Amino acid sequence: MKAYAFDYVRATTLEDALALLERAGDGGKLIAGGQSLVPALNLRLLAPQLLIDIAHLAELRGISSDDTHIHLGAGTRHVELATSPLVGQTLPLLQMAIRHVAHAAIRNRGTLGGNLAHADPASELPACMIALEAVMLVLGPKGERQVPAGEFFKGLYETALEADEILVRISIPRSPAGTRCHFNELARRAGDYAMAGLAMVMQGQDSGDVQIRPVFFGIGDRPVLARHAALCLQQAENLIDGLEAAQQALALDLQPQDDLQADSDTRMQLAKVLLKRGLADLLAQGRG
Amino acid sequence: MGKHVITLMVNGESHRLEIEPRAHLADVLREELALTGTHIGCEHGVCGACTIRVDGAITRACLLLAVQAEGAVIETIEGLSDSGEISDLQDAFRQRNALQCGYCTPAMLITAQELLLHNPTPDRATIRDHISGNYCRCTGYQAIVDAVETVAQARQTAGERS
Repeated sequence: MKAYAFDYVRATTLEDALALLERAGDGGKLIAGGQSLVPALNLRLLAPQLLIDIAHLAELRGISSDDTHIHLGAGTRHVELATSPLVGQTLPLLQMAIRHVAHAAIRNRGTLGGNLAHADPASELPACMIALEAVMLVLGPKGERQVPAGEFFKGLYETALEADEILVRISIPRSPAGTRCHFNELARRAGDYAMAGLAMVMQGQDSGDVQIRPVFFGIGDRPVLARHAALCLQQAENLIDGLEAAQQALALDLQPQDDLQADSDTRMQLAKVLLKRGLADLLAQGRG
Repeated sequence: MGKHVITLMVNGESHRLEIEPRAHLADVLREELALTGTHIGCEHGVCGACTIRVDGAITRACLLLAVQAEGAVIETIEGLSDSGEISDLQDAFRQRNALQCGYCTPAMLITAQELLLHNPTPDRATIRDHISGNYCRCTGYQAIVDAVETVAQARQTAGERS
């Protein structure tokens, strides 16, 4: 299908993009990689008056780090994250997840910021951001503000971004040495939307003082940190002893939805399976 | 909402075009430049039939507006064919019967070429993973994986000899 007609302008600076966005009001829409937006346009699910292209803004590019954080420009493409040695060294979870994001041709153009701002509930990267306790730097007419990932995703395609704001940068705290991470998803075929997925980060030892952050996606309307399940694991003498209780506790954490791919019972079962496999992987990493 | 005048660099030639912003690149390549080797299937990024190369990286031409592509280096199957860059892949596809109707073939060739440029010795699972975004409804993929594997080995052998 062909998109409804719209106008197009290429922003030259971040300031310019903000001004254009403010002037366009409700009819304005940012485009970066366009890998979620253009399908929605072609399917006539969206009808913006004006597309503001921010793909060429230098202010949104770049991967850098300081003593405490890794900083990812919102315009960083998936392929750049997947091939960055710095990301590989400091954020292995992200590189594990990106392998599951659509296909190579999509990853060549799609951006991190676009992915997060789109907030597809089946998307991998929002879940990683919550697991890694990322902070979003958002710029609007009133200035900058920081939004923790846990407060950024509000629901189906809904984020904390106001209509006149731009996601500029994502900052992720450096993980302490010995941090383990796991990523897995269950989809009908490679690159498809996940029926259920899990991003998980663990700090500490298999027994005793442990912090674990299992974040599920593709199950409800947004990625969810499974707090009850995490507590069951952390309170068990050994992690593995807490598995059964944690699987049961998922009923408190998750509100699985029915759709064409899977019904809610199936999704809950898949979540339990993912937790079990994920825990086995984390424990195996500890032995390796 | 009027048309925009843009300049596109396609297969080494510069074209000045007057187009609507909503026109995606696959339509512009086909309708304005008669480069019909770029096929259109789903128009929402699922089938992969419109895959081209933009700034050296494979891209869905249906998910890129032509106005976005101004300033980029665009290569289509016509360009890759004429330069001879993928002639060994094209031969292998024919010999291995890796195409029947041919609808997915241009995009499949471009996608396979990108894999071999980045990873000269892929195993079959890697080949399958890399072409997983390109639908073929004829071959069952087996023959396509065979063809790509054959070319990878042949290029390795040729590289060792030279």
